[in-house]
Amino acid sequence: MCLPGLLGGEGGSYGDVMSLSESTTVAVSPALPVSLRGVGRTFPGVNGGEPRVVLRDVQLDIAPGEIVALLGPSGCGKSTLLRQISGLDRPTSGTLTIDRTAVAPADQRSAVAFQEPRLLPWRTVARNIELGLPRGLDRRQGAARVAELLELVQLSHAAGLKPREISGGMAQRVSLARALARGPGVLLLDEPFGALDALTRLTMQDLLVDIHRAEPATIVLVTHDVDEALALADRIVLLGTRHDREGATISMILDVPGARPRDRASVVLTRLRAKLLEALGVPSHHGS
Amino acid sequence: MSFDERGGAPVRRPSPEGRRSASLFQFVSSFGYSASGTAISEGSRSRSSLGTVLLGLVVPVLILATWWVAAESPEVPDYLLPSPAQVVLAAIELAESGLLGTYIAISVQRVLIGFAIGASIGLAVGALVGLSPLASKLLNPTLGALRAVPSLAWLPLLVIFMGIFEPPKITLIAIGAAFPVFTTVAGALRHVDPHLVEAGRAFGLTRFRLLTVVQLPAVVPSIVSGLRLALAQSWLFLVAAELAGSSMGLGFLLIDSQNNGRIDRLFLAIILLGILGKTTDALVGLGERALLKRWG
Repeated sequence: MCLPGLLGGEGGSYGDVMSLSESTTVAVSPALPVSLRGVGRTFPGVNGGEPRVVLRDVQLDIAPGEIVALLGPSGCGKSTLLRQISGLDRPTSGTLTIDRTAVAPADQRSAVAFQEPRLLPWRTVARNIELGLPRGLDRRQGAARVAELLELVQLSHAAGLKPREISGGMAQRVSLARALARGPGVLLLDEPFGALDALTRLTMQDLLVDIHRAEPATIVLVTHDVDEALALADRIVLLGTRHDREGATISMILDVPGARPRDRASVVLTRLRAKLLEALGVPSHHGS
Repeated sequence: MSFDERGGAPVRRPSPEGRRSASLFQFVSSFGYSASGTAISEGSRSRSSLGTVLLGLVVPVLILATWWVAAESPEVPDYLLPSPAQVVLAAIELAESGLLGTYIAISVQRVLIGFAIGASIGLAVGALVGLSPLASKLLNPTLGALRAVPSLAWLPLLVIFMGIFEPPKITLIAIGAAFPVFTTVAGALRHVDPHLVEAGRAFGLTRFRLLTVVQLPAVVPSIVSGLRLALAQSWLFLVAAELAGSSMGLGFLLIDSQNNGRIDRLFLAIILLGILGKTTDALVGLGERALLKRWG
């Protein structure tokens, strides 16, 4: 799944890589392991108020190439946890590592697709994707990589359009392509399909499965959609709070069996769905 | 080609008729402000079809007609209201003597130099204050206090410091142009969508690259509207500076005509200021459209 010798890194020579891999024009980094040890995040009180504990004691090991879904009710700290892994925010306690070295501020080994597409409105679709390219790539290689990504997210026809000229689903695909541009070792997705209509969301989930097959990265996906987690994840990590303690932590980890793409109506998944909904405090009405 | 007042006509000193020129001052200053306001709203919808142009001409034509009729009527004395024809004749007469061209050239030169200097300073300081919380805390109180001083109040001091030729006039115009640019740029940079800035950071952009790739493009529309405001201010301060002491320029033409009772030339100067102000604003407007097409 990840070819040896493909470690692009800073000093990597792209020429060698291109001879090794025909499908990509950029050194797609091999999927990297992520490790969280006792991670906690407390926000200082606003205007001298009480500090707010959002996360505590998060302990998790993610294998290279694994897809992990972080599931939980709104506002439980899923996005905060993702921001710790990306290095855009720093934990107040505990340690995070990617590939056994500490996560740096805005760590460039990972790439984020945010909840909102966050595209630069004055740049075309293609130029927005360019933003995600690794530094030091020459113009021709960059253009080839962007063309390849546009193909991957099926937006070749929209390359020259501005963000305001495309639909929400297309904008999310651009955002995804931008995150993939550097061939990240860890892909962090923060409810990337949350704002899309149900049909588009299903298409996007299939697309993500295809992308993961073409360019396997470790994926951490934040979602509040149980079905999405079941369709995509190898493991589902449920975040929740206990009523006697402030701050969310992992309350359950579920292995999801079956190779992707999965039959969304399979009996196994139905049973897991009931279990997850139960854990989230929603009666599933399964088998009643 | 460059102008200054050395070797020109003898320099006027402020005359004892201070009272009358003071009232003219106030008139000009309020005129300048309202002109800046309309200039901006007009520019943003200037996708001009023939119909829009014709509609826009209705009121000027009506004003011209009313003016003409009023000037011809025996109740209105000539020394209060010249006829449009008299104004045109005054223009021809001044042009033939070569003075009109000189006056227009030196006024435009002063506005452009002062505007360029003031806008550059406003842009630089605005960027600093908008981006750096430290610079903002350090400079904001002082800049706020400086801005609170009506800019014309600097003029007497500038004349004492810099003499009577070009430097004090250009400095005054620069002061007038700097503040609108500073205010809009600093404010806009402070309010660049934090989501976009964070996205830029996530993709490895730091300080300078973040500024050029995300923050500056995001504030291009604000910079342009700040520049238009600054340009209108530049014309306002040009007239102020020339009224207060000069031997050339459209402001000089105003005060000179007032003193000599040449109401026709006075009208001419006002009309020329209107035309020049509108023309420079339209040029900036063209630039604005090109910029917004690229960055908007």
